[in-house]
Amino acid sequence: MKNRLKVLRAERDWTQADLANALAVSRQTANAIEKGKFDPSLPLAFKIAKLFKLSVEEIFIDEQA
Amino acid sequence: MSNNHNETICSQENGKYVKQLALWTLAWLVSTVLLRFGAEYIWDFQAAYSIVALTIHLVLGAAMIRVNVKHLSSLDELQRKITMDAMGITLGIGLIAGIAYEQLEDIKLIPFEPEIGHLIMLMGITYMVSILIGNRKYK
Repeated sequence: MKNRLKVLRAERDWTQADLANALAVSRQTANAIEKGKFDPSLPLAFKIAKLFKLSVEEIFIDEQA
Repeated sequence: MSNNHNETICSQENGKYVKQLALWTLAWLVSTVLLRFGAEYIWDFQAAYSIVALTIHLVLGAAMIRVNVKHLSSLDELQRKITMDAMGITLGIGLIAGIAYEQLEDIKLIPFEPEIGHLIMLMGITYMVSILIGNRKYK
């Protein structure tokens, strides 16, 4: 699954550590989600959406759709 | 962005459980040694002492499992996935290799009695390699 996390993070001038802190996950996890190596659970996806004040669909793009 | 150090708190909690797990595992290992060699060299196979040592060994084992569960719950979802994958692979390899190894003497492919220690070593190595591969995959 693709996502816009890198762009959204850059727009806010946040580091991966900032994102990881805000989501209460490890930097490894924040990095893996951003690179599309790991798909977050639904609760974490909603947490990310809430953090960026966007909907889940505006952040995550289902490549199979 | 407010840097509320959630990640730091999360990793501190995780670190606390890793230390606890190491201590309980060490205690359990010491109790294993005591159970095995105590009967032979200290209390000369007296049943009462052996039962006490066995009880201590089982209680420490239960405590170790409890701390391990707490440690797992302190991990975030990717770390938990890596750990659970490693545990699954270890269990699978342990079961397959363990049964095959146990048969080796029966079918006369090895001249000695298979030892549980060899299987535990294999499982330990499998777990460590699986954790390393998992971490590398999601680096």
